[in-house]
Amino acid sequence: MSKVVIAVEGLSKQYSLGAISHRTFQRDLQSWWARRRGKDDPNLPVDGGRRKKMEQFADENGIIHALKDVSFEVKQGEVLGIIGKNGAGKSTLLKILSRVTAPTSGCVKIKGRIGSLLEVGTGFHPELTGRENIYMNGAILGMKKKEIDRKLDEIIDFSGVERFMYTPVKRYSSGMFVRLAFAVAAHLDPEILVVDEVLTVGDAEFQRKCLGKMGDVSRKEGRTVLFVSHNMAAVKNICDRGLRVELGRIVQNDAVAAVVADYLSNAGSPNEEGLVSPGMMPRERGYEHIITDVWIENKEGLRTRTVLSGEPMKICCAFSSKKPISNCGVGFGVENLYGERIFSLNNYMVSGGDKKGSLSSGVAEFRINELLLLQNSYSLTVSIMENGTTTLDCLERVVRFDVLSADIYGTGILPFPEQGKVYVRASIEIR
Amino acid sequence: MSGVSGKGEGLSNDHWTTIITPTRDRRLVDIGELLAYRDLIALFVKRDFIAQYKQTILGPVWFLVQPLMTTIMFLVVFGKIAKIPTDGIPQPLFYMGGLIVWNYFSGILTQTSSVLTSNAHLFSKVYFPRLVVPIAQVVAGLGRFAIQFALFASLYIFYLSIGMKSSLDWTILLFPLTLLYVAVLGFAVGLIISAFTTRYRDLQVGLSFLVQLWMYGSPIVYPFSLVPEKWRTLYTLNPVVPAMESFKHIFFGAGLPPLSVFGTGIAITLLLLVAGLFFFNKVERTFIDTV
Repeated sequence: MSKVVIAVEGLSKQYSLGAISHRTFQRDLQSWWARRRGKDDPNLPVDGGRRKKMEQFADENGIIHALKDVSFEVKQGEVLGIIGKNGAGKSTLLKILSRVTAPTSGCVKIKGRIGSLLEVGTGFHPELTGRENIYMNGAILGMKKKEIDRKLDEIIDFSGVERFMYTPVKRYSSGMFVRLAFAVAAHLDPEILVVDEVLTVGDAEFQRKCLGKMGDVSRKEGRTVLFVSHNMAAVKNICDRGLRVELGRIVQNDAVAAVVADYLSNAGSPNEEGLVSPGMMPRERGYEHIITDVWIENKEGLRTRTVLSGEPMKICCAFSSKKPISNCGVGFGVENLYGERIFSLNNYMVSGGDKKGSLSSGVAEFRINELLLLQNSYSLTVSIMENGTTTLDCLERVVRFDVLSADIYGTGILPFPEQGKVYVRASIEIR
Repeated sequence: MSGVSGKGEGLSNDHWTTIITPTRDRRLVDIGELLAYRDLIALFVKRDFIAQYKQTILGPVWFLVQPLMTTIMFLVVFGKIAKIPTDGIPQPLFYMGGLIVWNYFSGILTQTSSVLTSNAHLFSKVYFPRLVVPIAQVVAGLGRFAIQFALFASLYIFYLSIGMKSSLDWTILLFPLTLLYVAVLGFAVGLIISAFTTRYRDLQVGLSFLVQLWMYGSPIVYPFSLVPEKWRTLYTLNPVVPAMESFKHIFFGAGLPPLSVFGTGIAITLLLLVAGLFFFNKVERTFIDTV
């Protein structure tokens, strides 16, 4: 049994919304005076939409719980992947772990030196040369000068920019900059390495190099790594265990394969569990609440989330708008869980639209005669358009549905999901 | 799970190296931690110094231009036009001496006061003791002071060669203490301001004004002897006064104000330092959330 190197106990972090000061004393006074007289605070953000969006996550006191009573442990040598949607609290967690900010309550106990890589190239100064910046950056990340001296050649080698070591980094291309920065970070020797999304930069070859390095760090050197990423393939590859964070809480703490699988199948939206009706779901800025419901019907006309390959299927979208929509259009797209669009349809394309008419509410039904998808999970994006150009409302990945394999060819041999994304009707003759 | 057991297996399970809690321990400064980061301090000093004059033709010579030009300006305005006496000290020496000490003080003060806001990008990404940055600035400021002091020293030697009476004696040993005092004072006031600028940017705007006022409230363009007797008690509450007076005593043999002035100055400075560290520690851990 290896020992615990990180113990997180009941960690919470709160941010207060709106109650923060306005940065200047005069404005604080102004707001205070306005509130006293019962008037509107003149310094509240005009951007009401965005505020509303944030308020959904805030409690009645305007406090946002970025993390809520989070507890977990990490053992030595473990590579822990932390996944979750944007705003789930992953970055806040890493910020607390790397001591950039302090928690509101709870505590973290750490054994060993922690090196955090929340961003590559932290502290790079454009006027200093590559070599000088290696020292600068290394020291900021917590390395001693002697350590850097010892590893200098290795770092330069790894970066692949040895020819430019005496050039100020402001003359570097962005690619060179990132290479050098990651090279320093990769040679940091902390017992615990915290990495956040650094792999989204650089070219494919360099990314492979980085991932390889991270794998080495844990497997060969027995170091602990905490890795936050949206790249599920990378998480699955290098992590042992996964931590799924949702709305500031840990919802799953399990073997990485299981966590990634569950994350992917839940990647849609709060609607997945049927908790929120599409009409109530938060919209991106600028969209109106027009779509009231979205559902799928099978060939019996029943609402479902599971359809068989090759079966007929109906996608329905109910909408209701305050003002009439001229030449109303309804479109949808089906994506697989990797976010790849498989196909899209809209009524302009299928039936030419209704150039003269206008509608304020209704139900759009798309009848698909034969669903040519292979077994997998898919999600549905629905949008309402006006005059074929303006998108009035759009709900991304609002409904998830599963397609199950069926005996499409009548031979008893089912196509595998691995064989592709779609199937085609065909007859084969061998002569 | 790849359970690789590493070195340090002998450590007991409750032996943690770091414990992160909502509140900080009560210590004002963690000297041990700062020492562990001494390499970083050294690098910051180097960076401050190099980055300032890279890609300039004159390079470090720029550090000389400012006191030289300001001295000339003071000579014309306060010396020739306003005819403010300098207690028999050659005017160029009087102005330049006061000026370089003031520069060291005000440089540290202004740099320290913006340390949290101007390094927010760095502090929001990685942890190291935040005090590392202002400490490095104090040291880098010393480098600049050394260059400016060399200018003062050459002027001083020139005046000695044309017959000025040397007043240098053992008191020159107190010179480093004077500098330390000035540095601590600037650092302390800077820390207080930096803690409040994370909330109120007003302070940053008002700062250059404050520094200017403070300069005229200190014996730099006029001698201490010119301050009316009845105002002296109030005047000596300015902790810069004892520093200026001891500098003038060391190099020009000027009379010293009563010792109590030094006592007050040191007491105020220490008080400001404690307050500065206290406020700085208070905001340091979470300022990233509000900045």
